[in-house]
Amino acid sequence: MQLKNKHKPVRRGLALATASLLGVPVVNTANALQPSSEWEVDTSILFYAETDRVSLAEPIIRARKDIGDDQFLTMKLVLDTLTGSSANGAVATGSAQTFTTPSGQGTYTAGANETPLDDSFHDTRVALSGEWERPLGASTRAIFGVNASTEYDYQSIGVSATFNWDFNQKNSTLTAGLAYNADTVNPVGGAPVGFTPMPTFPSVKATQGTGLSKDVGDLIIGWTQILGRKDLMQVNFVYGNESGYLTDPYKILSVVDGTTGDTNSYVYEQRPDSRSRQAFFWRWSHMFEEDVFRISYRYYTDDWGIASNTVDMHYRFEINPRHYLEPHVRYYAQSAADFYHTSLIDGQSYDNASADYRLADMTDTTIGLKYGVSLSNKSEFSIRAEHMLQQADPSQVIGNQSAQDLVPDVTANMLTFNYTLQW
Amino acid sequence: MMKPIFSMAILAIALSQTACSMQPVQPWERDSLAQRKMQLVPYPNDAFLDEHIYFSKEASRGGAGVGGGGCGCN
Repeated sequence: MQLKNKHKPVRRGLALATASLLGVPVVNTANALQPSSEWEVDTSILFYAETDRVSLAEPIIRARKDIGDDQFLTMKLVLDTLTGSSANGAVATGSAQTFTTPSGQGTYTAGANETPLDDSFHDTRVALSGEWERPLGASTRAIFGVNASTEYDYQSIGVSATFNWDFNQKNSTLTAGLAYNADTVNPVGGAPVGFTPMPTFPSVKATQGTGLSKDVGDLIIGWTQILGRKDLMQVNFVYGNESGYLTDPYKILSVVDGTTGDTNSYVYEQRPDSRSRQAFFWRWSHMFEEDVFRISYRYYTDDWGIASNTVDMHYRFEINPRHYLEPHVRYYAQSAADFYHTSLIDGQSYDNASADYRLADMTDTTIGLKYGVSLSNKSEFSIRAEHMLQQADPSQVIGNQSAQDLVPDVTANMLTFNYTLQW
Repeated sequence: MMKPIFSMAILAIALSQTACSMQPVQPWERDSLAQRKMQLVPYPNDAFLDEHIYFSKEASRGGAGVGGGGCGCN
């Protein structure tokens, strides 16, 4: 290994000399990070805060090493620390409401005209992943990945493999990949039986046990194309399949009178035990003189009845060779899942039901700004601030419910610090 | 439900075929494309955090790639 490393500067020198002979224009990268280096360590920390709801701190450390022979190893460690309140699915009413915590050990209350939030929500998640990138031939490369994560009520372990085939003088790349994740859900207090009533403390809910499995498989086919000296485009098609326990064990629904809309009781939600989804994804990067514009579009659909469109744009404005500003805009719109119900009508039967606003007709708008500064040609610091607004519509408004904000907007602010070091 | 996806996939393939018939960019013409800011994912941590947030807060997922791990957040 040591001999190999000793030869690296020579190899790089030869590569540079060859590039000069070929007449590769000299790029002024004195103050910019290199696309590749022997070691690259990328550290970030995200602070995420929703108004009156969840707060999260998420540090990441990612290290990528060139291990020679065009092979790279990447390791990533992620820590999530989450606290705060989360909407439990019940609707606001004109009087205070009391709920039993998921553990069954206590209660929490929502005031009159307040959206019920479960304040027992907290979690710490540790995730570790690794990737090994290697050539398989002159024009093919493979990336093999493994990942594992654990949090107090959820474990996940997965593998992935992606193959890239270059052709058309390396102007085109065909990608094929697959990933599989085996997850285990261990809900606090056990997984409730769908549609059973939330008990009144100290009664205990009916459960279907714990340690429930969830399998997730994904298949990707992609095409990356160089369109010109300053244009790069990619299209992907992803097919995914999920099966097993896909319900949120902590979410409930209000069961209401079909005429007055007044809440009579609460039941635990139940989602289908399988889901198949497809996504079409397109992205394009264009460089102007020095600025770079990136845009992506995704169309997503699944057999839960959800269809969504997403447009995401970044514009990197080079203030000077050391400093850049990058505004970001993203717009997302989804249709509701077939089984999304803001509340259930007493006496009616349902195959599946969830009042999770993330399954409702919803739009999500994000705006952000990033500032980056090159500290040298081997290190960069950046700070990024973003604001997100989620607006969802109720599936139905019955009687007295019209006096309530059944699905209030959710706003979130994010701040990310990033430091990258290469050597 | 699959129809729009198929239509777009066919359109994408057609576009890529058109792209193939263009003049290829030679290795010595890739000074701009080689820069980090022109990579498809110039800042992997940013991309990872964005995907993690949107996966937690929306009903759609995937598109940019596969792999990356599960999470009880959705």
